[in-house]
Amino acid sequence: MPAAPAIEAQRLVKIYKTVPAVDGVSFSIAPGSIVGLLGGNGAGKTTTIAMIMGLIAPTSGRVTVLGAEMPRQRYQVLQRMNFESPYVEMPMRLTVRQNLTVFGMLYGVPDIPARIRELGEALDLTELLDRPAGKLSAGQKTRVSLAKSLINTPELLLLDEPTASLDPDTADWVRSWLERYRRNRHATVVLASHNMSEVERLCERVIIMKQGRIEDDDTPARLLAHYGRHTLEEVFLDVARGRDRREAAQ
Amino acid sequence: MTARAEVAIAFSPRRVAAMMLRYWYLLRSSWPRLVELVYWPTVQMITWGFIQYYVMQKAGFFARAGGTLIGAVLLWDILFRGQLGFSISFLEEMWSRNIGNLMMSPLRPFEFILALMAMSVVRLLIGVVPVTLLALAFFGFNLYGLGLALVAFFFNLMLTSWAVGIFVSGLVLRNGLGAENLAWTIMFFFMPLTCVYYPVTTLPAWLQPLAWALPPTYVFEGMRGILIDHSFHPTLMLDALALNALFFAAGAFGFLKLLQSARRTGALIQTGE
Repeated sequence: MPAAPAIEAQRLVKIYKTVPAVDGVSFSIAPGSIVGLLGGNGAGKTTTIAMIMGLIAPTSGRVTVLGAEMPRQRYQVLQRMNFESPYVEMPMRLTVRQNLTVFGMLYGVPDIPARIRELGEALDLTELLDRPAGKLSAGQKTRVSLAKSLINTPELLLLDEPTASLDPDTADWVRSWLERYRRNRHATVVLASHNMSEVERLCERVIIMKQGRIEDDDTPARLLAHYGRHTLEEVFLDVARGRDRREAAQ
Repeated sequence: MTARAEVAIAFSPRRVAAMMLRYWYLLRSSWPRLVELVYWPTVQMITWGFIQYYVMQKAGFFARAGGTLIGAVLLWDILFRGQLGFSISFLEEMWSRNIGNLMMSPLRPFEFILALMAMSVVRLLIGVVPVTLLALAFFGFNLYGLGLALVAFFFNLMLTSWAVGIFVSGLVLRNGLGAENLAWTIMFFFMPLTCVYYPVTTLPAWLQPLAWALPPTYVFEGMRGILIDHSFHPTLMLDALALNALFFAAGAFGFLKLLQSARRTGALIQTGE
């Protein structure tokens, strides 16, 4: 019997006043997979992720995460998931260690000092642990946010632009780390990104959104083949400019 | 598993402690925040202390009712600072853009509220205890001379301050930092109506029922009863407690409804102005 999906969205709709941000989106994400959510600004990625996290209630449709309907049953599963997003920050006056301690307690992590040590080594944060979060560079802050999102060793990790402010070397290092984490923990990862090479490298499946709808949903290799392109960036531009698979291939 | 067992498991004292620890780290790391806690209550107390001193020299009635104004200032500060302590801790999450992290974590709304209530007491004690000692040293007014009545006054004022603080936090959550000013000013709505510095009979007759609908009115009347007539009226405190139960329930209900509304409108991911 196939495993129950980690995330299942059914005809998900979100309308802000009269403006549809997400318009009838359905998809299912298998446990242990890494899926990219692509789309231009205003495509509905952030709203979709916020509905998966239970931060926003859908106008209609439903989304279940690890078997719990969001946001109604969110407290059954919030301890097993986590997220990283540029829309939130860590309290700046607290040191990295203090922040991670607080979040470790919130997520019920058993041995918090050991977990912080482990994350400090894994994400190269050991030297930064006793510095205030507000005094860190953008790249360091991103790594700290990543550490926060991993504090509870989540089964489901939602990442919104995880490498946006990192230099190419650190970004590459973070990607490798995410790949390893996913493989070792059999975690499900959903990644919203504008970085096409990142999505191409990390994701085994890509959902492309435009104006609140899913425009395409396939593996990177099949998308490249169907659109007759060499890179996902070209595919993305085809979708953004309204060329469908057949037109693009001609 | 029974519903009661599920609720018991759902509540986590550790998460409440986590939030208190977070605010404690913040207070500890910022001396301006600590100074601010003591500064304004001290200025208020000294100003009203001198006014009282002047009036006592001129009027026989106030000579008998020594300490009424200073007592009123100190009790008002418990009410005002209690609400402000609650609201500022909440606003810290909005200012630091951390509210999304918290709303996405397993922290339950009532655990968050409990932590904010506990921190409002901590902040109040840091701010008001030194001021009560200064009142004793400068003006010979001993707030602790109110004895057990002070416990009843304190408890009732804190309940009102929490009820208002919870509701205002809901408004800020729903409407963003544009509603922040309410947190700083809403308590002043209560100042004339709860008769902090004068008896309820001073108000016009048509306004008095409204004053008696507000729990702090009973506390300030009770304080004047002790300082002027030297008699404590427990029924006043029980009436205040009953009203506070209503206020607190209404504040918590309002918060949950505003939180639900914030989830519908997407306000939790747009916490700016």
